[in-house]
Amino acid sequence: MKCSDFLKELSDYLDNNMDATTKAELEEHLQWCHNCYVVCNTTKSTIEIYRGSELYELPDELRGRLQKAIVSKCECHKRETQSPETPDPKPEK
Amino acid sequence: MDTIEQNVAEPPSEEMLLVGAARTGDIAAFESLVRRYDRNVFRIAQHITQNREDAEDVVQDAFLKAYQNLGQFQGQSKFYTWLVRIAVNEALMRLRRRRPERMISLDEDVKTEEDSMPREVADWSPNPEQQYSQAELKEILGKTIQGLPPSFRTVFVLRDVEGLSTEETASALELSVPAVKSRLLRARLQLRERLNKYFKRRDGDSRS
Repeated sequence: MKCSDFLKELSDYLDNNMDATTKAELEEHLQWCHNCYVVCNTTKSTIEIYRGSELYELPDELRGRLQKAIVSKCECHKRETQSPETPDPKPEK
Repeated sequence: MDTIEQNVAEPPSEEMLLVGAARTGDIAAFESLVRRYDRNVFRIAQHITQNREDAEDVVQDAFLKAYQNLGQFQGQSKFYTWLVRIAVNEALMRLRRRRPERMISLDEDVKTEEDSMPREVADWSPNPEQQYSQAELKEILGKTIQGLPPSFRTVFVLRDVEGLSTEETASALELSVPAVKSRLLRARLQLRERLNKYFKRRDGDSRS
């Protein structure tokens, strides 16, 4: 197996999304190819570090404000689409 | 009690009950769905637009659009995947408005100036997270992902940050599964390459 072949399979390998034979071939390559071993490990770390990063968390204050705005927009839409004579909303076609 | 005859044996999930109630105008039910997913939608929107104000608008518009179009949600995909599709479209629209000079499309196979072949191969420090303060680390991660083309960034965020499956990501972005896989691999490798300069083991690192 060449390094370029290994790289093509790297994503599926990290996601554990492959058959046992291919996995064994990739792991055999990893045993002797230090470069691919390092790329594999550091790519795995890249994913983990972003997954755990809480990069764009929604602050509580903003969250409350957004929820209020959404609900009020939905209420507005509901009023506009509901005819005044029939209080029970019927889904329109 | 009457039973509803259906071919599907499984009872509707709690979420589908909420969707059903919201569809008949129950705003409290819809609010539960908002509370369930607003953090995710905000993260996705902020990642795509890279702008806080735009992300706030995307959250509002995406949920309103979802509410208005609940009648069209067929339940073939998860509600969340359907919502993500709406949010991604809203976010891309804002991004295009902000950067009209750049072509922003998810279905084009983007050529980037940087190849995805690893150029620099170095072990990283054992704990990059301990090497920098939380604030520094966030800055590094934010800056790094910002440099990716939107189509790579979006796929990476849905798959690796939000944890959608490849199929769900493909469905949310209206891309083929091979297209998602190819963008994901390139996104991962390019991020790795860029983070390398911050996290690679330095001579002073004695731990091995």
